[in-house]
Amino acid sequence: MKLDYAGLFHALQPEAHLVLGALLVLTFDLVWARHRPANRHHVALAIGLLSLALAGWKAVTTGGTGPVFGGVLMLDTLATATRVGVVTLAALAVALLPSPARLRHPAEFVAILLCATTGFTLMAAANQLLIVFLAVELASLSLYVLAGFDKTRPESAEAALKYYLFGGMAAAFLLFGFSLLYGLTGSLDLDMIAAQLSMQGPSPLLLVALGMVLVAFGFKAAAAPFHLWAPDVYQGAPAPAAALIASASKLAGLVVFTRLLWPGLGTAAGTIAHVPTTVGWAPIVALIAAASLLLGNIGALAQTNVRRLLAYSAIAHAGALLLGVIAAGRVGPGPLFYYAATYGLAAVGAFGVLSVLEASGPAQKLTDLAGLHKRSPLLAGCLAIFVLSLAGIPPLAGFFGKFVVFAAVLRLGGLGGPMGWLALAAIALSAVALYYYLLILKQALVAPPAEDTPAVQVPVPAAFALLTAAALLVLLGVMPSLVLRIF
Amino acid sequence: MNALPCTIYVAFTGALLALVAGARSAQAARLVALFTALTIWGLTLYAASDFVPAAGLQDLVNIPWIPELGIRYHLAADGISLTLMVLTGLAATTGILFSWNIEERTGEFFALYLALIGGVCGVFLSADVFVLFVFYEIAIVPKYFLIAKWGSTNREYGAMKLVLYSFAGSALVLAGMLWAYAASGGQGFGLSQLAMAAADFTRTQQLGMFALVFTGFAVLAGMFPFHTWAPTGHVAAPTGASMLLAGVVMKLGAYGCLRVAMPLFPVGFEFFQPVIAWLAITGILYAGFIALVQEDFKFVIGYSSVSHMGFVLLGLAAANATAVSGAVLQMFSHGVIAGLLFAVVGRMVYDRTHTRHLADLMALPLHRLIPFAAVVFVLAGLASMGLPGFSGFPAELTILIGTWQTKPLWALAAAGGVLIAAAFTLRAIQVSFFGKVAPVAPNRLERVEGNTLHLPPITWPEKLGALLLLGATIYLGLCPDTLLDWIRPALHSPVFQALLSGGPS
Repeated sequence: MKLDYAGLFHALQPEAHLVLGALLVLTFDLVWARHRPANRHHVALAIGLLSLALAGWKAVTTGGTGPVFGGVLMLDTLATATRVGVVTLAALAVALLPSPARLRHPAEFVAILLCATTGFTLMAAANQLLIVFLAVELASLSLYVLAGFDKTRPESAEAALKYYLFGGMAAAFLLFGFSLLYGLTGSLDLDMIAAQLSMQGPSPLLLVALGMVLVAFGFKAAAAPFHLWAPDVYQGAPAPAAALIASASKLAGLVVFTRLLWPGLGTAAGTIAHVPTTVGWAPIVALIAAASLLLGNIGALAQTNVRRLLAYSAIAHAGALLLGVIAAGRVGPGPLFYYAATYGLAAVGAFGVLSVLEASGPAQKLTDLAGLHKRSPLLAGCLAIFVLSLAGIPPLAGFFGKFVVFAAVLRLGGLGGPMGWLALAAIALSAVALYYYLLILKQALVAPPAEDTPAVQVPVPAAFALLTAAALLVLLGVMPSLVLRIF
Repeated sequence: MNALPCTIYVAFTGALLALVAGARSAQAARLVALFTALTIWGLTLYAASDFVPAAGLQDLVNIPWIPELGIRYHLAADGISLTLMVLTGLAATTGILFSWNIEERTGEFFALYLALIGGVCGVFLSADVFVLFVFYEIAIVPKYFLIAKWGSTNREYGAMKLVLYSFAGSALVLAGMLWAYAASGGQGFGLSQLAMAAADFTRTQQLGMFALVFTGFAVLAGMFPFHTWAPTGHVAAPTGASMLLAGVVMKLGAYGCLRVAMPLFPVGFEFFQPVIAWLAITGILYAGFIALVQEDFKFVIGYSSVSHMGFVLLGLAAANATAVSGAVLQMFSHGVIAGLLFAVVGRMVYDRTHTRHLADLMALPLHRLIPFAAVVFVLAGLASMGLPGFSGFPAELTILIGTWQTKPLWALAAAGGVLIAAAFTLRAIQVSFFGKVAPVAPNRLERVEGNTLHLPPITWPEKLGALLLLGATIYLGLCPDTLLDWIRPALHSPVFQALLSGGPS
């Protein structure tokens, strides 16, 4: 194998910008901004956004160059799109940086967020088991810290600890699964693994390895029954961290596992589209998807806390996304990417609204949203767009995401097999979902405000981020071809 | 004809403008909304003026939208769409006239109202099932907020029930249409395209797809036993929204059945035809009987809506040219009459007396207090009963004649519904407007004489709206051929010819 360091460096330009940005934020804070408390926040925010913008730009200009460094990374269309996607979502999350009163160390927060984003962009392109593991762990470790960043609230610490314990367990499963795969095939390279597996055929050991990998996948995607961390983390973590966990982390996780499962382990997929099904990872993923759809949608009905409700909605969406993962083998990753990216936009937006609200009072219970239309028409309007997009109402992007994924799933085998039934169940459950989404909007748009609630001041960066996310949701909903065309 | 797509854009632009204007003053929002609705109505009438009836859909717009999935932004119209577009324009205009007294968050009310109109116009003009579905769902969400925010009686329950029923229905439609799309090889969603592909579907597929799509649309058309959202929703809704819900939105369902479910899956339709007919007849009779015993004036009208929509579904189920053209005529006629009835009950009576309880109304000499409302309601009631001279008569007669050609038994059973309609309408007229001051309720009598003897007079928007709707129903009663001449040629298109059996039109 010829080691092409120049090519590697060229491919990793976005990551380089992110890491440099992280270092720069810390240095600048240390030597300059620390003595100017009034500007500390703005400097951290500006450097963070600048480095994200440069990384996004580099990701676009680097483009898809194919395998890098002997196939360790794979820079294809999916990788490029995902890099741009996660960087955009991270930029939206950075813009939601809490006010100085509630975040005493903005530079550290931004630096760690940039590290997490580096993990995401690497996950987008990782094409070798070790790189996959390292990228996932880089992202996860950064996210644990972000989740516990609000040192004034015990909930934040609880969120970080729960997330960390579950995440550590999932990482152990992932590593064990990888070691079994390595033992079976003698390679870490996804292409070599695929070639080896197609010669070997299925074996019990392979199934064990697949199961282990899928545990980690379920954790990363917040799918049932590996979802237990999600409600607590979404509830306790600072809003930008929760937004990042709900959006960019999910997008990157789905992409990395889709790459792992289809090009790498595609021969062990088994079939699920027709009866009788054959053994492989696809039936297991379908089971996880079904469990997530049911549990997420039904669990959300009982929630009175907005963030927990969004967590259960995230679990439900994970179920639909997993259906997209199974369909990706046949129709390509386009539908899955579209769904995950637009879901991320809506999730960032919803958490963004909560984040702004937190600055002027509690924003945990559903009733805390009451009268939002009076307190801030801008927030109420944006929230309506985000929530309706999550609910899948046209012309917002959330509708088309569902549509294109379900269409892809039904093309696998019509309604003749379990996949078709799952798609049908998912469509039926979307009617259930509308109920709890409308509960949010009922409070925000219909209910009168409580007596003593002040008007909400929306900081400029947050307003800009929310409007951008809302505009993107409308734009991509009306013109889905903008995304679908590139695949 | 080419002006028709503009109605969609005008409606959505008007919605934004009303929102902006509403931030300044309520009156500005009202005027923007009224002007928008008048423009829409004017556009539909202009389109009608140069409409040349022809068999089949006439293309209006046909450009690629999402080429990756073969989806085209394809709008087209024939006589059926045109009829319903004119109805939408009329219902939107009069609905705004009857919402003139909305004072709270006026701009938002009219913005949602116009967004709903935009969605409805889009459905009636779509020739691509995907486009139709998108507009169909756009029309769902505004209903929730219109009812939950500006409604009355149990409004949050009524709003949620209505929206969940609509959305569940649309989920069935989505499932059916995705199935058809997948089974046809994923080429596209064009109506003609899918109809061609559907010819190759197996019988099981046809039955399954038809059941999904038809049930989904029929929920919104108020088919028994999925009709329960309609009375509660209509009662909870503010007057303008009830007029639109009963007048136009229920027609979306019937239109979807006629335009999508039946032509695409003829084998499925043939199988389920008797089921649909009997469900429709059950709906006619059952809702009629329920209307007979309601204590709430608006519930009487709500159930009468379900009963009359049963005639539409029966006409569709009878599946011959006469019955189907009668069904379309009934859609128009019911849209006008139901709008009128809801306007009288919700706006003229309820907003003045603050009660809809028939027992309370009986204690009020309403025919003397608001004679205009009494006259309008009597005329509307006569129209609703299907008396000659009003639009209800040619519509229901055509449906019954057509049904007789297919199955005389169905026509006989449904004709009973006409009798029941007469009974509950006459009861409502008599009790509400010509009640006697009951000697057994002295307390109520005092209240009446103390508070409500001087009801506010009927305002000009109400008079104008009522006259427009009355004019429409009487005009159609006298010359139904105006619309039938548009509708009948549309049924000569190959798609419908394959579906409809027998009976000269």
